[in-house]
Amino acid sequence: MQLPPHLNKLLLLAALTLFTAGAATAKDIKLLNVSYDPTRELYQDFNVAFAKHWQTKTGDKVTVQQSHGGSGKQARSVIDGLEADVVTLALAYDIDAIAEKGRLLPKDWQSRLPHNSAPYTSTIVFLVRKGNPKGIKDWSDLVKRGVGIIPANPKTSGAARWTYLAAWGYALKQNNGDEARAREFVAKFYQNVPVFDTGARGATTTFIQRGIGDVLVGWENEAFLALKEQPKGGYELVVPSVSILAEPPVTFVDKVVKRRGTTDVAKGYLDYLYSDEGQEIAARNYYRPRSAAVAAKFADKFPKLQLFTIDEVFGGWQQATKAHFADGGHFDQIQRR
Amino acid sequence: MAAIPKRQLTAGQRKSQRGTEESPFVKWLLITVALLFSLVFLLLPLVNVFAQAFAKGFTVYWDALKHPNTLSAMKLTLLVTAICVPLNVLFGLAAAWAITKFEFRGKSLLVTLIDLPFSVSPVVAGLMFVVLFGLQGYFGEWLADREIRIIFAVPGIVLATLFVTFPFVARELIPIMQAAGSDQEQSALTLGANGWQTFWYVTLPSVKMGLLYGTILCIARCVGEFGAVSVVSGHITGKTDTVPLHVEKLYNEYQGAAAFAVASILALGALLTLGLKTWLEWREAKLEGLGQQAEAEVRP
Repeated sequence: MQLPPHLNKLLLLAALTLFTAGAATAKDIKLLNVSYDPTRELYQDFNVAFAKHWQTKTGDKVTVQQSHGGSGKQARSVIDGLEADVVTLALAYDIDAIAEKGRLLPKDWQSRLPHNSAPYTSTIVFLVRKGNPKGIKDWSDLVKRGVGIIPANPKTSGAARWTYLAAWGYALKQNNGDEARAREFVAKFYQNVPVFDTGARGATTTFIQRGIGDVLVGWENEAFLALKEQPKGGYELVVPSVSILAEPPVTFVDKVVKRRGTTDVAKGYLDYLYSDEGQEIAARNYYRPRSAAVAAKFADKFPKLQLFTIDEVFGGWQQATKAHFADGGHFDQIQRR
Repeated sequence: MAAIPKRQLTAGQRKSQRGTEESPFVKWLLITVALLFSLVFLLLPLVNVFAQAFAKGFTVYWDALKHPNTLSAMKLTLLVTAICVPLNVLFGLAAAWAITKFEFRGKSLLVTLIDLPFSVSPVVAGLMFVVLFGLQGYFGEWLADREIRIIFAVPGIVLATLFVTFPFVARELIPIMQAAGSDQEQSALTLGANGWQTFWYVTLPSVKMGLLYGTILCIARCVGEFGAVSVVSGHITGKTDTVPLHVEKLYNEYQGAAAFAVASILALGALLTLGLKTWLEWREAKLEGLGQQAEAEVRP
C-alpha cells in the first residue's frame, strides 16, 4: 500500500515523538550475569534476545554483562563480593555455597523457579579422535589399559563433578548397586587420567589444541561446540549407553538485586530463559531444553540415551558432595592410592 | 626484571672485552648457541604471534581491534598504567632518596619491603587484596555498607598493579644514587641552594637515565600484568578486563585469530618499549662519548 507523502511524514513525526518520549523515561540498566565456563556463547546470544524483549516490554534498555570461569571459582568470587545480579552456574552446590558462606540468598533458592531452577540441562558424553582408534563405545571402555582420559578436576570444575558422578552411577547400575565395585571402577577411571585441568574449557583445550589423551569426557554442549569449531574434523562424538542428567541451575542474588534495585529485571531475565525463545536459544547452543515443544523441534539434534538424576542415585548435591568431593571423601581416597 | 644500568666503561674494561683468551672455535660456538637460543625461544614465538594474528586476514584482525570489548580493555589498561606509573615514580624517587641519602632505623627493613613484590607470586598478591577488601574480608562489610567497590572493580585492579610494579623505579634508582653518593648535594647545599633546587638541578639530572629505565619497565609491567589482576578483576567482559585478560578470554572463546590480534598490540607495545630503551642507551653512550672527548680536548 502506498501512503500519500504528507501522511508518511506525519507518521514519521509521530514515531519520532514517541521514540524521544520513550527515551526520556526509559532507564538504562546494567545487569551482571556470573556464569561458568562453557556458557559464553549461549549467553552472548541470549543477552541480545533478552535486551530486545525487555525493551519492548518495559521500554528500558538492558545491557547484560558477562563473567565466565570455573563454576566453583565464580561462586567464590560472588562470595567475595563480585556483584552478580544473577548467577548461572554448573551445579546447585556452588549456589548453595553462595547461600551458606556468603549469606547472599536464601537457602531454599532452588525451589524459586521451575525444574529445580535449571532452565536447560545437559549430560556427559565422550569426544574421541577421528576413526575412534581406541574403539571407545561406553564407560566400560574408558577403564581399559592405555586409554588416556581428559576430564577436568572435580575439586574445581562443575563438569568434572558431573563426570565423576556419571561414571559412578554407570558402575552402580552395572553392578546392581554395589558401592565397593562402583568405587573400584571409578578408581580405575581416574588412573587413566594424564592431566587434570581446572575447568571444562581448559580440558577441551588440552584435548584439542595440545593433542593430549584419547577421549575428552565432559559436557555434551562443550563437545558439540568443539565439533562445530573444528570444521576440518578430526573428532567424533561418542554417546555412552547411560549418563547423568546434568542440571545447571540459575538464580538471582537477593542481596545484590535489592541493593542495586534490579530485582524485576533479574527475575525477568531468568523467566525469559524458560520462554519459548529462551529455550530455542539454549537448544541452538546445544543445551537440552526443558520445554517439550522446543525439545520436539530439536529432537534430532540431541542423541537419545538413558539419563539418571543426581537426586535418584546420590540423594542430591549436599550428600554427594559430603560423600565424594569433600576433603577425605571418596575422590580424595581414590587419588591417594 | 630490572635491567642492570649500563655503567660507563673505563678504557681498560673496553680493551678486556674486545680480546678474550678463548679459541675462535669456543667463541663461535658460544655465539651460535646464544643466537639460536634467542631465535627459537624469543623471536620465533613473537613472529608466530603476528602470523596467527593475520591468519584469518586483515579484516578479522581489524575487527578484533575495534571491537568495543577490546577498546574497553585498552582503555582500562591505559587508565591503570596512567595511575600506577606516576605513583610508582614518586614513591621510587622518595624511597631511593631516603635509603641512599639518610641514615635511619629500619632502613634495611625498607629495602627488604621494596623487594617483597618481586618475591611474592602475583596470584598471592591478588589474593591478599581479596582477603583485605573482599566481602568476607576484614574491611568487606564496612566497604559494602558504604557502597565502595574495590575488589572486582577498577580500584582493585589499580591496587594489584601498583603492588606488583612497586619495586621497579626504586630498584633502578638505589644503585645509581648509592654510586653517586651525597657529595654533590652537600656542595650544592653549602653553596646556598635550597632543598628543592638541589633536587631539581643536582640529584635529578644525575639519576635521569635510571629513572627513565625504571619508568619504562614499570609501564611495561603495568600493561602486561596478568596474575594479580586476574584474581581481583572478576572478569566482567567490557568492564573489568584488561588487555592481557581479554586476550585469554578471546582464546578460550575459540577466537584464536582475534586473541592473537589483541596480543600483537601488546607485543608491539613491548617492542616499542624495547626500542625506546635501546635508543636511550645509545644516546647516553653517545653523549658521554662526546663529553669525554671534550674533556680530553680541554686537558691535553
